[in-house]
Amino acid sequence: MAGVGGAETTARKVRWGVLNAVVVIYALFPVLWIASLSFKSAATLTDGNFVPREWTLDNYANIFATTEFVRALLNSIGIALIATTIAVVFGTMAAYAIARLDFPGKKLLVGVSLLIAMFPQVSLVSPLFEIERSLGLFDTWPGLILPYITFALPLAIYTLSAFFREIPWELEKAAKMDGATPGQAFRRVIAPLAAPGVFTTAILVFIFCWNDFLFAISLTSTERSRTVPVALSFFTGSSQFEDPTGSIAAAAVVITIPIILFVLFFQRRIVAGLTSGAVKG
Amino acid sequence: MAEIVLDKVTKRYPDGALAVQDVDVEIADGEFIILVGPSGCGKSTTLNMIAGLEDISSGELRIGGERVNERAPKDRDIAMVFQSYALYPHMTVKENMAFPLRLAKVDDATVEKKVAEAADILDLGQHLDRKPANLSGGQRQRVAMGRAIVRSPKAFLMDEPLSNLDAKLRVQMRTSVSRLQRQLGTTMVYVTHDQTEAMTLGDRVVVMRGGLVQQIGAPQFLYDHPTNLFVAGFIGSPSMNFVPATLENGSLRSGLGDVTLSDRIRNLLESADAPREVIAGIRPEHFEDARLIDDASRSRGATFTSSVEVLESMGSDKYAYFSISGEQATSAELAELAADVGTSDVPGDGISLVTRISATSTAKVGEPAEIWFDADKVQLFDPATGKNLTYSGD
Ligand SMILES: Nc1ncnc2c1ncn2[C@@H]1O[C@H](COP(=O)(O)OP(=O)(O)O)[C@@H](O)[C@H]1O
Ligand SMILES: [Mg+2]
Repeated sequence: MAGVGGAETTARKVRWGVLNAVVVIYALFPVLWIASLSFKSAATLTDGNFVPREWTLDNYANIFATTEFVRALLNSIGIALIATTIAVVFGTMAAYAIARLDFPGKKLLVGVSLLIAMFPQVSLVSPLFEIERSLGLFDTWPGLILPYITFALPLAIYTLSAFFREIPWELEKAAKMDGATPGQAFRRVIAPLAAPGVFTTAILVFIFCWNDFLFAISLTSTERSRTVPVALSFFTGSSQFEDPTGSIAAAAVVITIPIILFVLFFQRRIVAGLTSGAVKG
Repeated sequence: MAEIVLDKVTKRYPDGALAVQDVDVEIADGEFIILVGPSGCGKSTTLNMIAGLEDISSGELRIGGERVNERAPKDRDIAMVFQSYALYPHMTVKENMAFPLRLAKVDDATVEKKVAEAADILDLGQHLDRKPANLSGGQRQRVAMGRAIVRSPKAFLMDEPLSNLDAKLRVQMRTSVSRLQRQLGTTMVYVTHDQTEAMTLGDRVVVMRGGLVQQIGAPQFLYDHPTNLFVAGFIGSPSMNFVPATLENGSLRSGLGDVTLSDRIRNLLESADAPREVIAGIRPEHFEDARLIDDASRSRGATFTSSVEVLESMGSDKYAYFSISGEQATSAELAELAADVGTSDVPGDGISLVTRISATSTAKVGEPAEIWFDADKVQLFDPATGKNLTYSGD
């Protein structure tokens, strides 16, 4: 029987291996293609080769030479970080309350936040455009940060309340018995245990803000607050006859880097099973 | 250290459930008191009210003479050990135990010293730098105790602290809890649903049922003088045998035969205004193999003959199980006890009896044996109210 079992596991491993490879290639191919384009010179751009014949860093040099891109990169980083921080801080508080307390209107609050998260964003674009214009928020950082928070907060509340529910209630009672004020119990016991949830949420919210195109293109008009996804669509090349594909590819590669860094940085903090050992055996 | 007084303490949860009703208990300084009862009877709620984790709906709680109803847990200076231990998973054993001291802003040298002392008492010295996830159940339990004892609180509260341990470890830890309490001399309120723990640990035991205190007393007193059917059936293992019986002119007629009751019992019944139909309760040790009884004793009781169903030899004595014909005793309290033990739906014909007889008995399984019981030790209960008609405690 052992032999049969062994053969079976080998066959299974192969099957899974092939399946994984297919999925990974499927997901990574466009990324690699873009990366390949970004290293091609203008002449070989359309030659259809996966591996560039002539390697060049011109595209990268070009995009960093224009304020158009550098300014957009700063806007993207600033807006996404601020929106993420605010959404996560308020989301943590709200999720904690939802997970721990029974208050009137709790179901309504959760329902409304779910409603907001599912609301079609595109239908908000025109009203937001009018509102922001009359409030003077159009084409400013707050003009993007505010709608991002609106949509990121429900996401944050949802993810975080799931994490808070996992933390045993008794730990907080134990902290109270040990002489902690509610604030101390939260800071010294609950917050460290909720950290993986907070980081996961931060990643999700950051990616949402970083990737947004719809709001960014509708609510900005100049370099002052244009984010990278929008700036990319305005790339023209140095003359109107020059194909901007190389620059766009280079910019696309550059804007995936912060996401990768952000995920890698926080991933190390997401230690699975951090709460194990708290209760029972 | 301090005395704890519960004065008509009542808890009604926001959903309307009345969990604890008019509990009156005076716990002396340094006393080891046990709250015992089936699950859902309000033990944890009572303990949490003492701790300050649950509000008191009405009544007063005094610790060391002061009303503390409105005080936060941290201002009551009592420590608690939870059933789940509730160790902080992100802290080492040492940090867990030091946590209450750190919150109290105790200086580092004292923290070190106190943690080392507690670790010493609980034999945790070599585990101080480990995280709770890497400890065994018994070690976690000891860390939870360590966290409670480091800051020398006025009182300890323990909510079923041993119920997550396996049987052998539980017995071992039971003795260490007892030793620890004597050593520290601190008031301790200990919650359990295990009557053996209640009997072996406490100075006094509070038996609860459905949010009401049934009886408070020393373990032996509760065993000898239960006020009602519930306490009689709950305390003692194996539990008391209950047989429906009829009182007729001072004699008791039951499936165990007719016996003439002693004058003592007759007087008690008279003053209790006993009904005709009663439930007779007899502890297993008040039976004996009739062949081993001298004539003088024999006349004090009655005998019946039945076939031995199961015989367990414990070395020092034997447990003989019988099933005699007749209806089982029924009452609300017995039904609740059976439900708690999980035997309410075990089918059984007739009345089952557990008897503890001398090891020298020659009774054999499947063969009839003549069994005697002591009529003066019989306790009689009112089936309607559950009240012990032969209670002679006060
Ligand atoms: N938070 C709560 N809200 C409503 N009812 C509760 C709550 N906690 C406990 N109860 C009820 O109060 C009663 C006593 O519970 P508890 O004190 O936990 O019992 P025990 O510890 O003796 O098993 C039970 O009927 C339980 O259902
Ligand atoms: Mg309980």
